[in-house]
Amino acid sequence: MLEIRNLRANVADKEILKGLDLTVRPGEVHAIMGPNGSGKSTLAGVISGREIYEVTSGEVLFEGKDLLEMEPEERACEGIFLAFQYPVEIPGVSNTYFLKAALNSIRKHQGLEELDAMDFLALVKSKMQLLNMDNDLLNRSVNEGFSGGEKKRNEIFQMAVLDPKLALLDETDSGLDIDALKLVANGVNALRSPDRAVVLVTHYQRLLDYIVPDFVHVLSAGRIVKSGGKELAQELEAKGYSWLEEPVNA
Amino acid sequence: MTTATKTDQCFNGLFSSFHEEAARRQPAELTALRDAAFKQFCATGFPSVREEEWRFTNVAPVERLSFELAKPAAGEISPDQVSLAGVRGLDSHEIVFVNGHFSAELSNLQKLPQGVIVCSLAEILREGGNKTVSAELGRQTGFDKSAFQALNLAFVSDGAFVHIPKGVVLADPLEILYLSTGGDQPTVSFPRNLIVVEEQGQLTVLENYEGVNAGNTYLTNAVTEIVVRAHANVDYYRLQCEDPGAFHFGSLQVQQEEQSNFRSHAITLGASLSRNDLGLTLVGENCEGTLNGLYMIGQKQLADTHTRIDHAVPNCLSHELYKGILKDDARGVFNGYILVRPDAQKTDAKQTNKCLLLSPTAQINTNPQLEIYADDVKCTHGATIGQLDENSIFYLRSRGIEEHDARCLLTYAFANDIIRRIKIEPLRNQLEDIVLVAQDVKAKPSTLEVK
Repeated sequence: MLEIRNLRANVADKEILKGLDLTVRPGEVHAIMGPNGSGKSTLAGVISGREIYEVTSGEVLFEGKDLLEMEPEERACEGIFLAFQYPVEIPGVSNTYFLKAALNSIRKHQGLEELDAMDFLALVKSKMQLLNMDNDLLNRSVNEGFSGGEKKRNEIFQMAVLDPKLALLDETDSGLDIDALKLVANGVNALRSPDRAVVLVTHYQRLLDYIVPDFVHVLSAGRIVKSGGKELAQELEAKGYSWLEEPVNA
Repeated sequence: MTTATKTDQCFNGLFSSFHEEAARRQPAELTALRDAAFKQFCATGFPSVREEEWRFTNVAPVERLSFELAKPAAGEISPDQVSLAGVRGLDSHEIVFVNGHFSAELSNLQKLPQGVIVCSLAEILREGGNKTVSAELGRQTGFDKSAFQALNLAFVSDGAFVHIPKGVVLADPLEILYLSTGGDQPTVSFPRNLIVVEEQGQLTVLENYEGVNAGNTYLTNAVTEIVVRAHANVDYYRLQCEDPGAFHFGSLQVQQEEQSNFRSHAITLGASLSRNDLGLTLVGENCEGTLNGLYMIGQKQLADTHTRIDHAVPNCLSHELYKGILKDDARGVFNGYILVRPDAQKTDAKQTNKCLLLSPTAQINTNPQLEIYADDVKCTHGATIGQLDENSIFYLRSRGIEEHDARCLLTYAFANDIIRRIKIEPLRNQLEDIVLVAQDVKAKPSTLEVK
């Protein structure tokens, strides 16, 4: 589904990703862990198409198509969803309006009929239950005045409505208390399916207690330096990252 | 010694023929007032950019032209054009003027409740005026404050006279529609409105200026005076959609008596050069006055808004929120003056002007101006100027929304603060549509729809 080969990327002329390889198949859940500055957010940014990241070599294929050639909105329409580490507040645009515009844009791209207001509302209501969200959230402006936990829940809620093939969660666990973390994890688990892949980018192992990954990768200095099963996360929790970090002149 | 400009000469010529003819159908006191107003205009001439109030707005393009008085042309307008120009789908009483002249055929005033007067000012004056008109016409604006107000008074001819008697609620909105056809030569019209809402009366009124022939050059010089008596309630909407070649100079002056409520929503979209002067004087205690506005312009348009709120007595509240959206090489000017007189203790005044610049060459000059002579008041003001937020654009795109649509949506979100306060639903819907495609009218229309 997602094929990353020898990816190198810069931010402001500084190389952050230094030859990264990753393969994600449908149905799999991958966790990408690593210390601060290892390139986790850069990886999420490159996949979602943020302009500040400049890809200097390598390729990223999504279902065989060259992802790097696509605009961010095309990537979303092809089925990629990024849950932001810092979701943006958009005063003046209601959640309902925003989500309907997004969903119908994606459906149009996929050759599906656009949903009318009734069908849309029915869909949204069913997904809200999944994340235990209040009804009044729909009429509120996107993320405006939301607490940190509400914002993260709203990201997963959007993901549930937009139904992507590949979900990328960028530090979704950061700043969440345990109750919010469980809600978010439940939401993600409910969306696990044989057709959908999930990539969790996280600093801590805690989230992986609730969303159990199939694969864990350790990112260090812009490359994946170790891959393993879910036990690797526990090992990292116990031993920290230092034993895996590459020597400076490697 | 001042040399007479072409325009001074032009207005001299226009005035001498107009004055004589108008004197025959207007009360003598008004004729004298007009004469005095014109003398005042001749003495001052058009304002120059050396004057503080006109620092950023050069009226030279108006001065360079020779104008003719706009002639009645109701016959050239079809009822379809009227409904297209007005707010679509609005159930309203409608008084229509073409080139500044009342048209009974195009108006729709059959359903007015007993006692409510909505009529042509020219007709009232022909009948010798009435008590309200004699007392109020020109009382608030006069001719010594602004050249354009003086010029308007000198050429007072027609406009809407609205009188809501004590305790009467006009349930449906009243639309005052000014259509301009323009002509081969530049034309000028001088709409003059007088609106008096007596004690406990209630009125929703929409003043709408539209051009019907894009490409013509014309000047609209309009003045509206509103008196809001005690406990009365007025919602005032002003929509300026003149043709791209037009000049629009509009003044609104409102006086509020005790415990009254007045809300203005001024929307500026058209004209190559426009200037709006809005004045609100709070003369009775416990009033609430609101001035909201949105100016959205592009290309080489200039829109200048000057507001002036005069807190003359204690315990009044004023709110002011203006938002500007400027594209291309457009220039905006906002000057918000608030005066709190020594007696006006416990005044609560809040003023905000926010601007969105959608191009690197768009410009805004914004200037809050507070003069406070009372010591127990709450007054705040703030101005912001910004661009669309790139993080927000990316957020929307990452959800599948095209960049063009994302920009439109964020522009709409910016304007929504003003739009959502508009209580006339068809007008609100129409504005939502206009703002959603605001990014680039020449590009494809946005695929977004509201609701």
